[in-house]
Amino acid sequence: MPAVSKGDGMRGLAVFISDIRNCKSKEAEIKRINKELANIRSKFKGDKALDGYSKKKYVCKLLFIFLLGHDIDFGHMEAVNLLSSNKYTEKQIGYLFISVLVNSNSDLIRLINNAIKNDLNSRNPTFMNLALHCIANVGSREMAEAFASEIPRILVAGDTMDSVKQSAALCLLRLNRTSPDLVPMGEWTARVVHLLNDQHLGVVTAATSLITTLAQKSPDDFKTSISLAVARLSRIVTSACIDLQDYTYYFVAAPWLSVKLLRLLQCYPPPEDAALRSRLTECLETILNKAQEPPKSKKVQHSNAKNAVLFEAISLIIHHDSEPTLLVRACNQLGQFLQHRETNLRYLALESMCTLASSEFSHEAVKTHIETVINALKTERDVSVRQRAVDLLYAMCDRSNAKQIVAEMLSYLETADYSIREEIVLKVAILAEKYAVDYTWYVDTILNLIRIAGDYVSEEVWYRVIQIVINRDDVQGYAAKTVFEALHAPACHENLVKVGGYILGEFGNLIAGDSRSSPLVQFNLLHSKFHLCSVPTRALLLSAYIKFINLFPEVKATIQDVLRSDSQLRNADVELQQRAVEYLRLSCIASTDILATVLEEMPPFPERESSILAKLKKKKGPGNLPDIDDSRRNVNGNTEHHEPTETTNKSPPSLMADLLPTNRPRPASSSPIMLSAGTMGSSHPFTDLLNLNSPPAAAPSLLVDVFSDLSAPASVEVSEDNFSRFVCKNNGVLYENQLLQIGLKSEYRQNLGRMYVFYGNKTSTQFLSFSSSVTNGDALKGQLIVHAKSVDPVIDGGAQVQQILNMECVSDFTDAPVLNIQFRYGGALQNIAVKLPVMLNKFFQPTEMTSQDFFQRWKQLGAPQQEVQKIFKSQHPMDTDVTKAKILGFGVALLDGVDPNPANFVGAGVIHTKDTQVGCLLRLEPNTQAEMYRLTLRTSRDSVSQRLCDLLSEQF
Amino acid sequence: MQIRFILIQNRAGKTRLAKWYMQFDDDEKQKLIEEVHAVVTVRDAKHTNFVEVWALSSLLWEKNFKIIYRRYAGLYFCICVDVTDNNLAYLEGIHNFVEVLNEYFHNVCELDLVFNFYKVYTVVDEMFLAGEIRETSQTKVLKQLLMLQSLE
Repeated sequence: MPAVSKGDGMRGLAVFISDIRNCKSKEAEIKRINKELANIRSKFKGDKALDGYSKKKYVCKLLFIFLLGHDIDFGHMEAVNLLSSNKYTEKQIGYLFISVLVNSNSDLIRLINNAIKNDLNSRNPTFMNLALHCIANVGSREMAEAFASEIPRILVAGDTMDSVKQSAALCLLRLNRTSPDLVPMGEWTARVVHLLNDQHLGVVTAATSLITTLAQKSPDDFKTSISLAVARLSRIVTSACIDLQDYTYYFVAAPWLSVKLLRLLQCYPPPEDAALRSRLTECLETILNKAQEPPKSKKVQHSNAKNAVLFEAISLIIHHDSEPTLLVRACNQLGQFLQHRETNLRYLALESMCTLASSEFSHEAVKTHIETVINALKTERDVSVRQRAVDLLYAMCDRSNAKQIVAEMLSYLETADYSIREEIVLKVAILAEKYAVDYTWYVDTILNLIRIAGDYVSEEVWYRVIQIVINRDDVQGYAAKTVFEALHAPACHENLVKVGGYILGEFGNLIAGDSRSSPLVQFNLLHSKFHLCSVPTRALLLSAYIKFINLFPEVKATIQDVLRSDSQLRNADVELQQRAVEYLRLSCIASTDILATVLEEMPPFPERESSILAKLKKKKGPGNLPDIDDSRRNVNGNTEHHEPTETTNKSPPSLMADLLPTNRPRPASSSPIMLSAGTMGSSHPFTDLLNLNSPPAAAPSLLVDVFSDLSAPASVEVSEDNFSRFVCKNNGVLYENQLLQIGLKSEYRQNLGRMYVFYGNKTSTQFLSFSSSVTNGDALKGQLIVHAKSVDPVIDGGAQVQQILNMECVSDFTDAPVLNIQFRYGGALQNIAVKLPVMLNKFFQPTEMTSQDFFQRWKQLGAPQQEVQKIFKSQHPMDTDVTKAKILGFGVALLDGVDPNPANFVGAGVIHTKDTQVGCLLRLEPNTQAEMYRLTLRTSRDSVSQRLCDLLSEQF
Repeated sequence: MQIRFILIQNRAGKTRLAKWYMQFDDDEKQKLIEEVHAVVTVRDAKHTNFVEVWALSSLLWEKNFKIIYRRYAGLYFCICVDVTDNNLAYLEGIHNFVEVLNEYFHNVCELDLVFNFYKVYTVVDEMFLAGEIRETSQTKVLKQLLMLQSLE
């Protein structure tokens, strides 16, 4: 075969490319390109009409320049002209230019489509193929509109050349992918299926892809393809390799077509027809048999091609999951690959075996390879192979081998790559829990996890060990003893201090009888770690200390001294200071009985799915926190009763200044309603309505309800004007009319929230019989509990009262509670209903994570229902800082440097509800040119993803 | 079930062919080109020929893809497909393509791809179309290419 000479036919092009290659610097290259562009521009603009050859050459140069990465803003017309040339080489360059530089210039699209139409009708197979390839490469909607009905006709016409059929089939596939609505199914579909019988294997190869895609979308319409595919496959696998000469690749008969046919069959369950089924089984057996035969060639191409078919056949066997013998044979075959010298094969075998492990028929067979897999974990050089080994060990684990597998994973963890440590930790924790026969083993395993890879032990893991210890009294003494011993290590991980603090605080009494672990020794041991720990751990330890005071009266004085020290009582951290103050006070004033009640042992946690498992599946966060905070809450509850005035007096001043300057007349501009009343004056029809001194009992307007005398709250229009303004902030004016202004200040912590509602009387007259309550709609009941404290029934003119609402989020929710307010003003009863801005995102805790963690979680939340995406027009100027502030206000942590595109925003957080925690990842992509945003949310719950997306997308 | 793109790069990261079967904007293409180069060139013979990627580009990291690649002298041939696709079939798909190039250009070298870039696209379209394998027979592909070569 003749070699193709360099740039043959286009000398100028070859010279130009050589020049570019000889450029010593980027500047020189740009200079040369600019010179060429000027030259081409002048040629295109010149008076002399260019001949086809020159046009082709210049268009080709432009294309080359474009492919070097430079912008091309002319030459499109010349390229389109080339399409109508009747010379192949000119046409080809024209089509190539169009395909590479797709331009949605509508004038050109019409011209291009015209040229394509001509070529499709030309009956010249070469031109038809160029046109079909162009459609397949561009795949635009305009092309689909123009040709979607034409291409099926070409595909099934009797006189169409084979190579054109191949192109037409894939062209149709492309249009079906990009514009499925424009590709009509019709009588051609039946005839397409019959292409599986075509003489030409290239046609079958292309058609199989088309049929597979169509069958995935509407399996019933393509059921007949099953028998044809089996027949075709059977002919291939039983053929002597010379039968298919052109399609034999390194002694393997039509490997790619076989793979495609096996893929097509994976769209369907095993054939119902017995004969067909046994024919397919025969094929699969033949493929498995061939794997055992000595290779016909030593070339890797031979084994790769053969094994490509084998792996696809195994996929089909696993997909059917119905033939035990085939499954076991597949497993044995993969077992051989586990020790193969080709890394590729070892990798693929581990991957494939992972799915086999979950089949009841092959689980046992997979287990026999445990030693090999463990060895892979220790010796493989490619981390992705080791990752597969971990996956497989996890998949093959059951009660019989759990101890061995957990031990191996733990020892691997000592040296494991950082990128997969957290996942291994989760897997070990799950297996240890799932297959624990005695829980001492479980406790040992988790403590080992913390020792070996403390940094990778997430909260879920250590929460879970505490849950389990609390729920199982047979292990509590052992756990106390073990953590006590573990805490003696010179450098123990902070997570161990947390677990130790918690467990000794609860169950330290179980080991206190031994003088070596007397209360004082326990306390001193814990306290020796205190100063090295972070604030949350210290807070936990303080709670452990107060529990000690209850458990061991003999150390009370020692602990009180610690609490009393300046480093606690005057700690710069408000949380620590508060705990120290409250615990000290509690220990001083409470009687032993009260202390024992408040600090009672934690009740068992309700049994629920393992939170870690949930995390691994990226379904949920941990279950209910084994909350050392609970004791704190009790304490807080008590304090509150003692000093309610203090709390109320503490917080409002700034708020009053900010929001409620109610003693002075409000400037009109700050209130939209008053603004309209004031500026539009008497000419505006609403003026009457807004005239507060004459209650408009019967005025015909929406606003009327708010002011009307009707007493039935049901008829009150619920105001939600300002609702969405509170999505990203917690404080502000919720509602305002001529009489009343409602301000809010709220704070949230995990699944609890507290809202201070301030009612400001804007008039000089008293409001009487003032009451306000919160109602939850039916849907919301059980999801969100709102407890409203009572409020003073009289509000003096110009005065303000405060109401406290305590909230608990039980599970994720969509609706919002309604605040119903009733009062008498000048003898008229006023009813106001306002949607209370308590949204799901209020229960967010921001989560910082590394880019790697983020992507790992993102990947794990990949199921379609977990993701919700919205593309929307920007409502406000697109300002980065404002957007950042909003995302932070939404409650998630903003993660810098995670998204490859710095213009995008990426955030992570955990929604805390009583029932569960839901991890949430979000990504916001601004498109400043189009003034659009794309918001993507991934959480483990579709309802949460949807709600969060709805809430946040309104904010930009 | 579909090829997302085909890239041929040299060791220095110069692109010798980029064929896209999915909509990407120019920035994304550039990013992909750079990142494929970064992940592929650090791997050696002890590694597999497959790299799962999902932090690749803003568009790609929403889905799970993998790069199947093979190195020939200084050139990396890379095909990006879905994670569920058949690794070995695409790995040999690359080799089949390379053998065709080798025949067509008579001992193909990097420079052939540079000077005849517009012909390489024709070879690709003969063998891969709409992200699918179109023709696998080297004989048929070469026959067709020679026929086209003979046309004006």
